[in-house]
Amino acid sequence: MKIRTALPLIWTLATALPLTASAVEYQQIQADKSEITFAYQQMGVNMNGRFRQFSAQLRFDPADPASAQATVDVNLGSIDTGSSEADGEVKGKDWLNIAAFPGARFVSSGIKALGGDRYEITGQLSIKGQSRAISVPLTVVAQGNQAVFEGTFNFKRADFAIGEGVWADFGTVANEIQVRFRMLASGT
Amino acid sequence: MNTPNNPAPSYTGVAKSLHWLMALLLLGLLALGFYMSDLPLSPRKLQLYSWHKWAGVTVFLLVLIRLGWRLMHRPPALPAHMPPLLRMAAHAGHALLYVLMVAIPLSGWLMSSAKGFQTVWFGVLPIPDLLSKDPALGELLQSVHFSLNLLFIAVLAGHVGAALKHHFIDRDDILVRMLPAIGTETSP
Repeated sequence: MKIRTALPLIWTLATALPLTASAVEYQQIQADKSEITFAYQQMGVNMNGRFRQFSAQLRFDPADPASAQATVDVNLGSIDTGSSEADGEVKGKDWLNIAAFPGARFVSSGIKALGGDRYEITGQLSIKGQSRAISVPLTVVAQGNQAVFEGTFNFKRADFAIGEGVWADFGTVANEIQVRFRMLASGT
Repeated sequence: MNTPNNPAPSYTGVAKSLHWLMALLLLGLLALGFYMSDLPLSPRKLQLYSWHKWAGVTVFLLVLIRLGWRLMHRPPALPAHMPPLLRMAAHAGHALLYVLMVAIPLSGWLMSSAKGFQTVWFGVLPIPDLLSKDPALGELLQSVHFSLNLLFIAVLAGHVGAALKHHFIDRDDILVRMLPAIGTETSP
């Protein structure tokens, strides 16, 4: 192909690419290809678990991140700590008290682009009747019509009264809880 | 100096110290093991499990040191009055004690790994997980750990019974030569 004939083609591709990217708005979370896990320390040992059920309402346009919105709901009763004994315990009154507070929710209030595929999302995290502002760094990697939203944040369980009574002491179960999420969203 | 062909009249101070230190640790571990496994989940239970695992790792290291010491320092000979069958029983019993002192902590460590609880020695030194998490295998190893301990208790009862029989019925020096020397060291 001669350069002269190739140039318009390259020009067309170069201008078309950003346009197609901004045309995608990611909305639909594919729950079976997404995960929310958590990690903590118990007697100095790294432990982790996950939530089997959660849903998210999402609006994210890479071309206009400032207008993005996210609401994530986690069914706390779907917790999997790795042992049935512990699953039963953390659903109880001292821990998550799921009889009174079945779900945890995150509602975004703003998203800031940090350059490249990195963003920072701020919002309110509500667990067990307590609500706290958090900010979560995340990456958004688009693959055509799909994008992977991935991030990690820490919170203190005492801020949400998770682990009361005999468990309030951090000697056995540490205060710091780390949450990781990896969400696969498809665009429309 | 003792040569392998020339057994000493008494155990070395190191051998005696290891014997009694491990006797204390093993009895404590057995009692703790039976006590803690029936407790409902609580911070205390998590602590006790951790202490049991830390002490178990300690015993495992001590038995390796003890085996090394035993290979380099031949123990005193059995009394001349013992018939061949009892000699065989004594050697088999001691061999079984060593096998169990190695196998029981190993089974406990593997059980912990399979159940998804890593062992972190004194909360500081992580012992690698040889097995990845597998609840069914964890259950199996739990019954292995339990059964080996029942066998251990039976062999221990035989060990203590034999030592008392030697002391009070045969009236030989089997028991005394394992006791700390209090100015009664037999000269070579």
